[in-house]
Amino acid sequence: MTAITQDVVSDDRNARGLETDEQHERWMVLGLCGPALFLIFIVMLVPVGWLFWLSFIGADGTMSWENYERLWQSKSYARIFKTTFEVAFVTTGICMLIGYPLTYMMSQLPRRAANLAMITVLLPFWTSLLVRTYAWLVLLQRKGLVNGWLIDAGIIDTPLKLVHNFTGNIIGMAQIMLPFLVLPLYASMKAIDRDYVKAAANLGASPVAAFWHVFLPLSLPGLFAGMLLVFVISLGFFVTPVVLGGGRIIMVAMRVEKSISLYSNWGAASALAVVLLIMTLACLAVAAKLLKLDKVQSGGGAG
Amino acid sequence: MNTKTAERTALPITIRGVTKTYGDVYALDDVDLDVRSGEFITLLGPSGSGKTTLLMVLSGFNRPDCGSVRFGDTEVIRLSPHKRDVGMVFQNYALFPHMDVNSNLAFPLKLRKVGKAEIADRVKKALELVQLVGLGERRISQLSGGQRQRVALARAIIFEPRILLMDEPLSALDKNLREHMQIELRRLHEMLGMTTVYVTHDQREALTMSDRVVVVNHGKLMQIDEPKQLYERPRSKFVAAFIGESTFLPVTVEGGRAAINGRPLSLAEAPLNNAADQFLLLRPEKLEILTNGQTGSHNCFTGKVKDLVYQGESFLLYIDLDDGPEATLRSPTRREVLDAVPEMGGEITIGLHPEDTIIVSADDS
Repeated sequence: MTAITQDVVSDDRNARGLETDEQHERWMVLGLCGPALFLIFIVMLVPVGWLFWLSFIGADGTMSWENYERLWQSKSYARIFKTTFEVAFVTTGICMLIGYPLTYMMSQLPRRAANLAMITVLLPFWTSLLVRTYAWLVLLQRKGLVNGWLIDAGIIDTPLKLVHNFTGNIIGMAQIMLPFLVLPLYASMKAIDRDYVKAAANLGASPVAAFWHVFLPLSLPGLFAGMLLVFVISLGFFVTPVVLGGGRIIMVAMRVEKSISLYSNWGAASALAVVLLIMTLACLAVAAKLLKLDKVQSGGGAG
Repeated sequence: MNTKTAERTALPITIRGVTKTYGDVYALDDVDLDVRSGEFITLLGPSGSGKTTLLMVLSGFNRPDCGSVRFGDTEVIRLSPHKRDVGMVFQNYALFPHMDVNSNLAFPLKLRKVGKAEIADRVKKALELVQLVGLGERRISQLSGGQRQRVALARAIIFEPRILLMDEPLSALDKNLREHMQIELRRLHEMLGMTTVYVTHDQREALTMSDRVVVVNHGKLMQIDEPKQLYERPRSKFVAAFIGESTFLPVTVEGGRAAINGRPLSLAEAPLNNAADQFLLLRPEKLEILTNGQTGSHNCFTGKVKDLVYQGESFLLYIDLDDGPEATLRSPTRREVLDAVPEMGGEITIGLHPEDTIIVSADDS
């Protein structure tokens, strides 16, 4: 009888000991995250909070809804948001169309060749965004290389309008955004066991059928992750549409910049930024929900 | 099984002169093999011996440098994997993680344009066959290792291939489950009767399940025999060492007779040749303790007891033989046998029945 009670007591003590250990460990982990959390707080949460606050300050310095009311009433703001989402959407679509076949090819190459291909994808990624954007300007302008080639080759007679418009902006942004799609997609394709495709072939699937029924569905989570990255980053793009859009493409970030540098209207700029932030978060939330659904459908990997 | 069903459900495999090299290494070296219709044949060998390469040649995933592979009368060496119509169980099962069990099983049938009602019917029957009724809606990640193994098997046979290939299908399972699945695979094979080529590195598994076992080493087929013949009459030192426990004593062979340190041995059959490097094969369970000079017709060896390891139902006795190396004797722990074991370091005489006295040559050919 006493032995049993002693056991219970020692079990209890053991459990309490483990709990204290666990708590210590949790504090340790939190401590390791500390510097990063502090940095995020200082450079991210505080400015965003401040923006949020500014967006409710009217021209006369008192609390008001006027910044948001203006957004709601003016048609030009609606057009800017429409353009922004259009650009992000088309860029994402083009990145997907170019990036998927490219990444698929890279995932099938032998290791050395795949590494080389990866470097060529990443190389532009390591050069300055501004330099790349102006490079596109050189290539795409009226008397630029692309138009020159096309005319020399006899494909066209008069130069195409490839820059200072929607097309030019999309060409530049798709090239700049491509690595953001390729990297997560490549990782996810590399994680697909080649035996799945072999098994499909063994069961009677032609190479096309094996790709369609087995490889493609297994690579979709990586594709969605990449598309999401491209879409969200594109929403906030500034440099490329300024240079390649030629004033015809006005995205939210550009309007924000204009409000501050031209009109010094921090309230209007903040309201724009806050609305874009909320819309982006909404997109993320919807995508996260869809992605989770997809994960359930794919059984969460090989196990 | 009657021959009529065998013709419908099984095909013989004829392999001739198949060679595959990787640089200077021969993964397969001029391999000839006939697998009979409906036979369960096992390719057994150490890792890197070429057994999996041979299986991949049969499935079409590996194109050999030269040679011929025929399923029945059809030459398949140039045929793509998806046109070969052979079932295969992969080592890691390769079940599609984005489909549930039903869809995995239906996959080969859909590709063959089988009607919806028939697919449902055949999936149900396949699940019954592998005893997984009611698990059709499960995701692959929700299955245990044994269940995955069964699904992989069901998927490999649901489209009624006449040849079934299995690449170490039980290696991922724990010992008990493995032994259970060995018996079940054997039962399924008897029921379905398809020609089966099985790859394993587990000699006990090979002996338990197969009609015939092929021992593979360095891309060559060392011996093709029924399990009992393979174990009792190995043709080379490699086969004898790879299957079962063994000790080898060097012997001299002259004119079809073998002698050890000048003492002639009574043999089961005359040694194959007079080449050098001939060895007497001693298996622990074939040796017995002889007492009071009762030698009978046995070949006798003397030595000193070095160690005794008691293992419950049997014991191991390590003996320093006067003829050279250390031999191991295994015996059930019967009272009279245990009583016959001398003290540590004591003299002991052990005997080997002439029918179990096998001479093997070190030459690999």
